[in-house]
Amino acid sequence: MSTFLGMPSLPVFGTGNLHATESFPKAARHELNNAQLRANLGHATHTIRDKRLKVVSELPDWEQLRDAGSAIKESVMARLPELLEQFEANFTARGGIIHWARDADEANRIVAGLIRDTGETEVVKVKSMATQEIGLNEYLEEQGIAAYETDLAELIVQLDHDKPSHILVPAIHKNRTEIRDIFLREMPGADPELTDEPAVLAMAARAHLRRKFLTAKVAVSGANFALADSGTLAVVESEGNGRMCLTLPETLITVMGVEKLLPTWQDLEVFMQLLPRSSTGERMNPYTSLWTGVTEGDGPQNVHLVLLDNGRSAALADEMGRSALHCIRCSACMNVCPVYERTGGHAYGSTYPGPIGAILSPLMTGIQAEENNSLPYASSLCGACYDACPVKINIPDILVHLRSVDVDSQRGKTKLPSQMDIGMKAASWALSSGKRLGLLEKGLPLGRLAAGPDRKITRLPGIAGGWTQSRDIPAPPAESFRSWWAKEHQKPDAEGMNKPSEDTGDQA
Amino acid sequence: MSAREDILGRIRSALRDSPEVPRIPRGYRATSGLDEAACIELLVDRLEDYKARVSVVGAAEVPALIAGLLAGAGSYVVPDGLDALWLAAVDSQPGNARRRTDSAAAPLTVAELDSVDAVVTGSAVAVAETGTIILDGSPDQGRRAISLVPDHHICVVDAKDIAGILPEALRRIDGTRPLTMISGPSATSDIELERVEGVHGPRRLDVIIVR
Repeated sequence: MSTFLGMPSLPVFGTGNLHATESFPKAARHELNNAQLRANLGHATHTIRDKRLKVVSELPDWEQLRDAGSAIKESVMARLPELLEQFEANFTARGGIIHWARDADEANRIVAGLIRDTGETEVVKVKSMATQEIGLNEYLEEQGIAAYETDLAELIVQLDHDKPSHILVPAIHKNRTEIRDIFLREMPGADPELTDEPAVLAMAARAHLRRKFLTAKVAVSGANFALADSGTLAVVESEGNGRMCLTLPETLITVMGVEKLLPTWQDLEVFMQLLPRSSTGERMNPYTSLWTGVTEGDGPQNVHLVLLDNGRSAALADEMGRSALHCIRCSACMNVCPVYERTGGHAYGSTYPGPIGAILSPLMTGIQAEENNSLPYASSLCGACYDACPVKINIPDILVHLRSVDVDSQRGKTKLPSQMDIGMKAASWALSSGKRLGLLEKGLPLGRLAAGPDRKITRLPGIAGGWTQSRDIPAPPAESFRSWWAKEHQKPDAEGMNKPSEDTGDQA
Repeated sequence: MSAREDILGRIRSALRDSPEVPRIPRGYRATSGLDEAACIELLVDRLEDYKARVSVVGAAEVPALIAGLLAGAGSYVVPDGLDALWLAAVDSQPGNARRRTDSAAAPLTVAELDSVDAVVTGSAVAVAETGTIILDGSPDQGRRAISLVPDHHICVVDAKDIAGILPEALRRIDGTRPLTMISGPSATSDIELERVEGVHGPRRLDVIIVR
């Protein structure tokens, strides 16, 4: 019996690669020193942004599609237990096997166990955010199982022992010459005459992976969508590496977050219009594969699905933040983000970078996990991400909400008041009395003096120094508005009109 | 408690505020209103944009066209349900050395598929607006592997199977069949976002639209 009996339980947070291990401002500082990274990112984000705008403007009903997508996802979240059970029943009826994983460790153990049962020690992998989130490759390596990434960008990142920096184009921080050098260094049998032409490099990857595809007995994938009413899974891709992995091996193991469900087959018509245009800026991606359990005589005959919680239920418990789970991992929000464009994905620490990562990671891990409380501040709240999001996740609102969750979580943590507490106390003291404020405003000319001839204060002393670390304060005006107002209104007084205080004085 | 019960319990607990299930506003287009000629024109434009090669022909011209496209192939594979008429002009003698026939009952091995140069299939439905062809594993399209491993895919699309937009197309197919949606040859933009056509899937896609 699995009905909820009304006993509220505390949220159980996710584990794995979801944490910033260094606070965002610190990480951003050293990422910003990498001029190559910034040049590559600037080029990449602007190119995809323009392509996206072009194909989005072709559709007369884009806003209606976004409205439908948003409502479908909202209904999925509201009906999640029921839809998961429906999906499970349909997928199982078609010969698929479902496993449930509470967290990253449990998912890793399940996948490793399934691979071990086949007797294989090598698997091919389709690009998958979920398996990156749980750190599957590293876990399998510890278990003596080699996992080969087959998406070109993931292959580049894996060969270089690096981390992805973008969820759609993970090697976007590398240029062609760097990629050629990685291939020459790490790819067995790479042609020493290899040039840095993208087409040549892509052919080198094809040659390198082809043998693996044709002989692999086990593949591991993620999934973009799962349709509850039919038990169908979908993978959206470009290169054909996905089709290779989903079609040729005997055993297919898919790892998918519980939030990826769509209620009906009809809903796919919305998301297959929203996703390709938002992510690669194409009318449609080259290949999409759909499978429903096992099809006799066609494709893998052992089909597994690991349904992953890993903090998703915790995110769902946050009423203000739960719509972060609507995310379909298109990456449109990072391509338009002025912060992401400069720092790149590594600065966010987590598998999920950019604006969506800044809300999703702390929602899944809890705001107090490692340095994740720094992520909701990694934004100017300009709102470009909200405009670009195909399922209309209000990222700026959730960022502000998580900032308040962070501030609340700090309360009472230490005996000593924080800088923020002191600042707020001081502001409250000054602003709650006109006399005190007037007195303080008399100090404005001092500020002008400090600003000097360029009329900017570039460094504040002491604990206030944090404010000027990344911004200047313009020179204050010569006098405050209040004192200007008082002066202006004294003129008529001088001519013998309205002079309330003195009038009363006369009567007395 | 099993992981399943545990997770479902956590989710139910997370939803204890009983959020409202919204009505889905389906104000987006369900049909395009395009006639057959307009659908063909749009599909051709979109496929060419993806660097696929497209021919629009009458049924009588299909055999010669396929024979021409296969002229350079050392061998090719066809699903056992492919229209025999389409192959009338190519290796029409029984037992010819170039043609391999695949079926779920008598499948070629992956190594055998890797050794053939081309594949000819039919298709279930196409989407003009996005330049997409959908294969559903019917006997004229065969197992998913046969349209994947050979480097050259020749795909025949019947004009009456072209839908204007995606919702029209998806309403014509059974979602529980093994489906492959193809929009041009395989491609990558992973290196400096420069598009390269042809990675792991067939590098050459020829589409024959039959009026």
